[in-house]
Amino acid sequence: MTVQQLFFGYFFVMILALSLVVITRRNLVHAVLWMLLMFVHIAGLYLFLNAEFFAVIQIIVYAGAILVMFLFVVMLLRLKEEQALPIFVRGLHGRLFVGLAILLVLVSMAAEATKGPMGQYSIDYIQRHSHLKVLGTVLFNDFVYPFLILGFILFVPMIGVVVLALKRRSHGPS
Amino acid sequence: MVPLNWYLILSVMLFMVGLFGFLTRRNMIMLFISVEIMLNAINISLIAISHYLQDMRGQVLAFFVIACAAAGVAVGLVLLIAAYRNKPTIRLEDFDLLKG
Repeated sequence: MTVQQLFFGYFFVMILALSLVVITRRNLVHAVLWMLLMFVHIAGLYLFLNAEFFAVIQIIVYAGAILVMFLFVVMLLRLKEEQALPIFVRGLHGRLFVGLAILLVLVSMAAEATKGPMGQYSIDYIQRHSHLKVLGTVLFNDFVYPFLILGFILFVPMIGVVVLALKRRSHGPS
Repeated sequence: MVPLNWYLILSVMLFMVGLFGFLTRRNMIMLFISVEIMLNAINISLIAISHYLQDMRGQVLAFFVIACAAAGVAVGLVLLIAAYRNKPTIRLEDFDLLKG
């Protein structure tokens, strides 16, 4: 067992354990803060895969933006009564059994997966140029129109969020 | 060298943890958190496959997934706020207006 495999084992165990901790917390603020630790571990996993841009993006977007949004919403709501209720729905054991069965099938599929034909962006090529330059070249040459559509996809929800967050005073309840 | 299959197994297990949380929690914010866990699992498998096949298209797709996740969570949370304004609860059982 090499050092790389040991480190991968550490990230494997930590990510899975932290995700289980996240979905079983009763207090939502605790869940969000455990999720921060899980995102940092996933960013460390991206560094293994020579994707340092994605490690940075994982920290900035997920840990910086999305988690802060979750924290805002959790702290805006009054959740004292919600936290006294049981955290899981009824019929948990049946769902757990079905989930474990699907998990078994998917893990056996993932363990048997074989690689397809190799592309042209080898590790040497990415290290000679930087990862960000290679990714940007691919993104702005081959995927220009999806990138523009992505800008539209980010723009329309911004309008929708503003419209939904406006409080209608003239009609409607309260 | 870590085999590709290990990354895929991690991705699948993380996805199932997220799906389990999505189906069994009765709290709407935990549902969005579970969706985030599932999207992270997808990103791990996309970037791992992209690295092992030496092709950049998987990483471009992971980039798109991150952007769409940010937009989706923003809309979902503001819908949650709008629903909370009408009915001060975030339990899923309380939103049964369309059940008839």
